[in-house]
Amino acid sequence: MSPQPDLARLTGAAATQADAGLRCGAGAASWRDAARGTILRGRRSELAGKSVLIGASSQFAAALTLLELDGVASRMVITPPDFTSERVASAISQSQVDAIVCDDDSLDFGAVRPRYVISALSPEDAPRGETVATEWVLPTSGTTGAPKLVAHRLGGLLGAVRPRAAGEKAPVWSTFYDIRRYGGMQIFLRAATSGATLLVTESGEPLADHVSRMAEAGVTHLSGTPSHWRRLLMSPDAARISPRYVRLSGEIADRAILEAVKVVYPNATIVHAYASTEAGVGFEVTDGLEGFPASYLDRLGEVEMRVVDGSLRLRSRRTAQRYIGRDDLSLSDSDGFVDTDDLVERVGDRYFFKGRRAGTINVGGLKVHPEEVEQVINMHEAVRMSLVRARRNPITGDLIVAQVMLKDVEAPAERKRALKVEILANCRTRLDRHKTPTAIDFVPALAISAGGKILRG
Amino acid sequence: MSIRLTVLSVMEEVAAEQEKKLAPLSDGSVLAESGLDSLCFAIIVARLEDRLGVDPFTMSDEIYFPVTLADFVALYENVAAA
Repeated sequence: MSPQPDLARLTGAAATQADAGLRCGAGAASWRDAARGTILRGRRSELAGKSVLIGASSQFAAALTLLELDGVASRMVITPPDFTSERVASAISQSQVDAIVCDDDSLDFGAVRPRYVISALSPEDAPRGETVATEWVLPTSGTTGAPKLVAHRLGGLLGAVRPRAAGEKAPVWSTFYDIRRYGGMQIFLRAATSGATLLVTESGEPLADHVSRMAEAGVTHLSGTPSHWRRLLMSPDAARISPRYVRLSGEIADRAILEAVKVVYPNATIVHAYASTEAGVGFEVTDGLEGFPASYLDRLGEVEMRVVDGSLRLRSRRTAQRYIGRDDLSLSDSDGFVDTDDLVERVGDRYFFKGRRAGTINVGGLKVHPEEVEQVINMHEAVRMSLVRARRNPITGDLIVAQVMLKDVEAPAERKRALKVEILANCRTRLDRHKTPTAIDFVPALAISAGGKILRG
Repeated sequence: MSIRLTVLSVMEEVAAEQEKKLAPLSDGSVLAESGLDSLCFAIIVARLEDRLGVDPFTMSDEIYFPVTLADFVALYENVAAA
């Protein structure tokens, strides 16, 4: 069997338009140059067969590194930019990272490994050598404590990507996602392997600047979470672009956001896609309605779907292959289906998403485990216990709210006000912003189950 | 307190909590340039639901997202008047 071509070869072959490539606010590279060039200046062969952390702070540099090392490294470990050094260190240890490729030598990865600081893209004549099947290792979103890492192969990541029809002009893609998250990575791979220009936005770039670049480049395809889209629609800049393809993923796309996008971009095809880091790209819904047709469960195709105990399960070659460093965890059931933990309910001939099993909360596309927040609240000496829940929100889907039972339930109002400030200050120090409760209610009691666990529901 | 003043005070309160610098606000101010991000607006909408008892984003059949401060205030005033 001939080995799967590596990403650089696929990208080089698809780059039929010389000017198509990757662009960010600060720089650009054509796919042709990126596929043929190097940012490792003759040191690439040192990373052959190694497990490598993609530690670039910019997505642009990360993208060039992925292009250069797929087919060379045995493993590319890809952590999102907001990972704390503690979590990066855990990923390094779990995935037995040998070396770190980075664009800034002063970055703290929480662990010491040989570093390869990248330089500007330059042409290279040396052949790329034999291709190895590189594992693409990504953390699943929303885990507490040590990150859970899953391994994908390029073939699976590209499973949902369709080649461009002959004669079809290459689209101009942009995404609000970071390409180091599964949703953004899909768009990166889609653009690279179809010769489409891709505009990425580095963290810190104002939305107006990103939109200006999109308008200038004539963006045709745009992807983001429903929260990203709400943010765009709240900006007057939304009118400056007219994508003909709009894609929403990563959160429940409700009727309100689908309708609102349709009003602003009446000529666009509006697609919401279901995908997760573990289950890969599941399906796309193109009829403009929320949820998905029940007939999808009977479809013959690359992705098989089941609903078991109310939760959606998927089986396809696009799912991740396994967990890394956790032989005790199984990714799929005995039939090879990955449980997404997303609850669905059938109404008539359609299924609708009802939220996450096990109470995971989704704030603007970022998952939050209530227990993680409760642990921080409970660190305060005045707290007996706490219950963290989702509050539905039209802007971010969910917000985090907490009910707190104090040891002294009779504490006077003034003391409670001071405690609230202290508890929130603790949360802000230890938790990401989206995980910090937006409201705290002091309650006289919290219900406990017979098994001694706090009752959620 | 008028709806407009309530909206403004909640915006200031959330900006302070979230350590965001709020731009000077007038009717024509563009929300996206106010210094507040999506999470801030999500919190503002939740607080206003608590204070005013309404969430125009989920109550209204006609769904549109406000662009300016005047749009945002009008959403609440229209629901209150309905």
